[in-house]
Amino acid sequence: MTHWPLLTLVTFLPLVGVFFIMLARGDEAVVARNARNIALSTSVIVFLLSLLLWIGFDPNTAAFQFVERANWVQIGGFEITYHMGIDGISLFFVLLSTLLTPICVLASWQSVHSQVREYMIAFLVLETLMVGLFSALDFVLFYVFFEGVLIPMFLIIGVWGGPRRVYAAFKFFLYTFLGSVLMLLAILAVYFQTGTTDITVALTHHFPAGLQKWLWLAFLASFAVKVPMWPVHTWLPDAHVEAPTAGSVILAGILLKMGGYGLIRFSLPMFPLASAYFTPLMFTLSAVAVIYTSFVALAQTDMKKLIAYSSVAHMGFVTMGIFAVTSEAVQGAMIQMLSHGLVSAALFLCVGVVYDRLHTRDIDRYGGLVTRMPAYAFVFMAFALASIGLPGTSGFVGEFLILLGTYRVSTLECFLAATAMFLGAAYMLYLYRRIIFGTITRDDLRGMLDLSFREKAVFAPLILLVLWMGIYPNSFLTPIRASIDHLVAQVNAATAGAALHASLN
Amino acid sequence: MAIVVVFLPLLAAVIAGFGGRAIGDRGAELVTCAGLIVSAALAAVVFYGILGQHDAQIIPLASWIVSGGVDVSWSLRLDTLSGVMMVVVTLVSAMVHIYSIGYMAHDPHIPRFMAYLSLFTFFMLMLVTADNFVQLFFGWEGVGLASYLLIGFWSDRPTANAAAIKAFVVNRIGDFGFALGIFTVFVVFGSLDFGTVFAKAPSAVGTTIEFLHWRVPSLTLACILLFVGAMGKSAQLGLHTWLPDAMEGPTPVSALIHAATMVTAGVYMVARLSPMFEYSATALAVVGVIGGTTAMFAASIGMAQNDIKRVIAYSTCSQLGYMFFAAGVSAYGAAIFHLFTHAFFKALLFLGAGSVIHAVGGEQDMRRMGGLWQKIPYTYAVMWIGSLSLAGIPLFSGYFSKDTILAASWAAGDAVGRYSYCLGTFTAFLTAFYSWRLIIMTFHGKPRADAETMHHVHESPWVMLIPLFVLAAGATVAGYFTRGFFIGEGRTAFWKASILVLPAHNSLGGVESIPAAIAYLPLVCALLGIAVAYLCYMVRPGIPAALAMRFRALYLFLLNKWYFDELYDRLFVHTAFVLGDGLWKTGDGTIIDGLGPDGISAATRELAREASKLQTGYVYHYAFVMLIGVVALVTWYLIPR
Repeated sequence: MTHWPLLTLVTFLPLVGVFFIMLARGDEAVVARNARNIALSTSVIVFLLSLLLWIGFDPNTAAFQFVERANWVQIGGFEITYHMGIDGISLFFVLLSTLLTPICVLASWQSVHSQVREYMIAFLVLETLMVGLFSALDFVLFYVFFEGVLIPMFLIIGVWGGPRRVYAAFKFFLYTFLGSVLMLLAILAVYFQTGTTDITVALTHHFPAGLQKWLWLAFLASFAVKVPMWPVHTWLPDAHVEAPTAGSVILAGILLKMGGYGLIRFSLPMFPLASAYFTPLMFTLSAVAVIYTSFVALAQTDMKKLIAYSSVAHMGFVTMGIFAVTSEAVQGAMIQMLSHGLVSAALFLCVGVVYDRLHTRDIDRYGGLVTRMPAYAFVFMAFALASIGLPGTSGFVGEFLILLGTYRVSTLECFLAATAMFLGAAYMLYLYRRIIFGTITRDDLRGMLDLSFREKAVFAPLILLVLWMGIYPNSFLTPIRASIDHLVAQVNAATAGAALHASLN
Repeated sequence: MAIVVVFLPLLAAVIAGFGGRAIGDRGAELVTCAGLIVSAALAAVVFYGILGQHDAQIIPLASWIVSGGVDVSWSLRLDTLSGVMMVVVTLVSAMVHIYSIGYMAHDPHIPRFMAYLSLFTFFMLMLVTADNFVQLFFGWEGVGLASYLLIGFWSDRPTANAAAIKAFVVNRIGDFGFALGIFTVFVVFGSLDFGTVFAKAPSAVGTTIEFLHWRVPSLTLACILLFVGAMGKSAQLGLHTWLPDAMEGPTPVSALIHAATMVTAGVYMVARLSPMFEYSATALAVVGVIGGTTAMFAASIGMAQNDIKRVIAYSTCSQLGYMFFAAGVSAYGAAIFHLFTHAFFKALLFLGAGSVIHAVGGEQDMRRMGGLWQKIPYTYAVMWIGSLSLAGIPLFSGYFSKDTILAASWAAGDAVGRYSYCLGTFTAFLTAFYSWRLIIMTFHGKPRADAETMHHVHESPWVMLIPLFVLAAGATVAGYFTRGFFIGEGRTAFWKASILVLPAHNSLGGVESIPAAIAYLPLVCALLGIAVAYLCYMVRPGIPAALAMRFRALYLFLLNKWYFDELYDRLFVHTAFVLGDGLWKTGDGTIIDGLGPDGISAATRELAREASKLQTGYVYHYAFVMLIGVVALVTWYLIPR
């Protein structure tokens, strides 16, 4: 397996697609058609290739696999290596990225008709950056990918977005910019401490306890915005509302996971003492996020905003699980992120389906769709239930493990977060009722067509995955296990060591 | 074979649900009914096999969640308790499936309806055959989903949609407790498998756990939290508000889900977890008090309702209370026995009510019925049988189970037992009263429906009547023939290890030795109830109205269901929406955005405007500033250091 630079191939193959799209010539319709076809075939091939990562993945080790290493930049003593590799923490984020890209391309097949070529290029570039950031093992490389993601995302919202896209993009920028600068400073500090930008070295480095807190906070500044944690979440509803459907899919599916990934990848192992120190803070913010945004979601009149707020609540579970630092909770957080990546992406696609037909996201404009669109009603129901966390869907496994793992650490935190069980059901079913049930009162609703074959093809793999993850989650838990157990043991050993040290003094 | 019993309904649901358009209404009905009949027949065979074996049989299906210390599997647990439930569920479900062919004949969405019914049956079977807490929860939530879908089946009715959401959310509040209970079990026992947990339960006595900063006995905490889940599913006091509203669903649904099976899941759970509850006297007392109170409370409301289905719904709520207080005095056998007989007579009453509603063209208000008995004699007869059984008249099934429960409560001898006995006996009076009130208002007196409706009143087709007869047979004789196993001498050999009763809690053993007056009092109360109903509604129809006028406050209190809905709406529903709106507009909008991005951008604009004022364009202004700068610099360097 190692003879093939599989990871590099998966990362950069989309750029080959970009190259071919750029070659496309002819009138606009021809270019658009070619761009769509090239983007779809490229992303499907990339997805199939990325499956090899899963097949070849050894679940018994916590070490990085498919590692590739090459000298990249060397200036004096400062050297940056092209260092890539994945472990149980990153594997499924890579797969999620490669899965959602073709789905995004398919979902935009008809809804995007201006500047199709540029649109498809943006998504393929985005794919490279996403895969890259989840598999980068060098800080500089990571930072380039991490920040690079924002550029195509900005363009997708800014060019193909809704009427208030400038405000949304500006808000997004203001939040992320501050976080990024602080993270860059922290990365520099890490470099000066360890003498290298190699992430694998930094992960096992012992940072002084005092410094840990500052670095932890600086990293948090970036990750908390991405997650997004309360109270830095307000960019998300606006960004979602303005983004085109596929933009929302990536935003909810991948971009939010960058924050959770960062917390698990960097904050926990590098700064275990600071993580333990700040756990009460994280628990508080998570519980607030879950309860606060659930209530806010109940009051929404815009479909996308409602789902955006529900995302904040679901990601509150993730941050809670991560900082509970038990095997169950952190693995649950991983599953919750994957599940949310599929489910919220699918829910935004569901919104996209009716938006394409009626061009409004106002919940009150809908109602009674079940009579005209039974297949759509079924699909929407399936994902709404997964979002509620019904057992047998992916949403349950994540929530269950997180709550169970957290209960062992703090019953109060678990108690507060578990209220999402009925709050989530309330806002989701209330949304569903207003859109799907009731009687049709308007003529334009009466003429709505049910899902097309293309739309069914978009939803089918997502439904299957949601059920698979809910009924037999071990396919996903097994590859994750070694890495997470290793991480949890490492963090607990560090905090236990510090406690022992303190008691000896 | 048990695998076939459980998964055949799922298969039927999938075929009918997704292939409904291909196989048509008839095809969907055929597939689901055939599936359920086969499933019911096999369930009987499986049950017969269970009787012969000594230990619980576990059929592993697949691994489910393995993470950290959690290791749960998909599996089927076959013992007497799950066997009884399998038989009840598949039998009643098969009857309801067949009945639905007639009842739903004019509905445009027959395949969907049949698929939901079969899907429900699958989840219910998964629930009763679970061998661990998580699969129990899976079935639990699954039946909740099916219930939601079926209550809201007529989705063009706003009331049905509201009732569906209410059912799901209120159940979820119960499940919130259930889930916390599961976590507590895991922390205390380190496992979620029934076998392991039950084996360790005695050793957990006396241990404590910290919960929300309180130190509490761990076993009691776990049991009470789990019981909160049971309260939600079985509509016990406080979490009962969804059940009456659930009557918005088609009547076969009410019979299957909201009478015979799903709502009894809470009782099943307590019986299943008897090896835990037995070791926590506090938890048992809670179960008993809640059960006894609910029995009386729900029956009192049932007296004043005018919707035929709502009367039966409150009756269900009340009868579930009986089952719980039986469990509260460790008479689990009697609780399940009552569950068993109740499944027959309550499903019968609901389906009979459905037959009435069918006959009068969809009318459910008893004030617009009356005088129907000659036109629908079979329905009339089965309603009598169901009511006799419900009221606990000797030789009918309900008599044996209900009487045993009350006798066991007295025999238990403790305060909770006495409390339940008193309320339960009074409830027996109420039960008989509202049952005959229903019968008389519906079938006797002058017809209160308009002539047009009365002209169209017709007996239901055979496809509806046959299930009624089957259930009527069960409501009549099932109790008599099975009482020896459930509650009699043979009960230990029958239940084996599936139910645990500590020797000190053997309340069923004492039922023979209670005073005769105590033993006959419930029957006397029931007969009195019938007599009073006869007097009030048959002989002197003016009495109820006069009483309602005389005790207006009490009447309104009962009519409005103790004002629970109004209270909850004001307290929770309204508050939640106001809170959500406030947090959104004030919290997110004014505070976070105001101080955050919008505030910063406003401040930046302000700063820029201020800064731009400096650029006046006058040369002497710039020259003057430069001069100051030069002076400052020179001064800085001239200062001796």
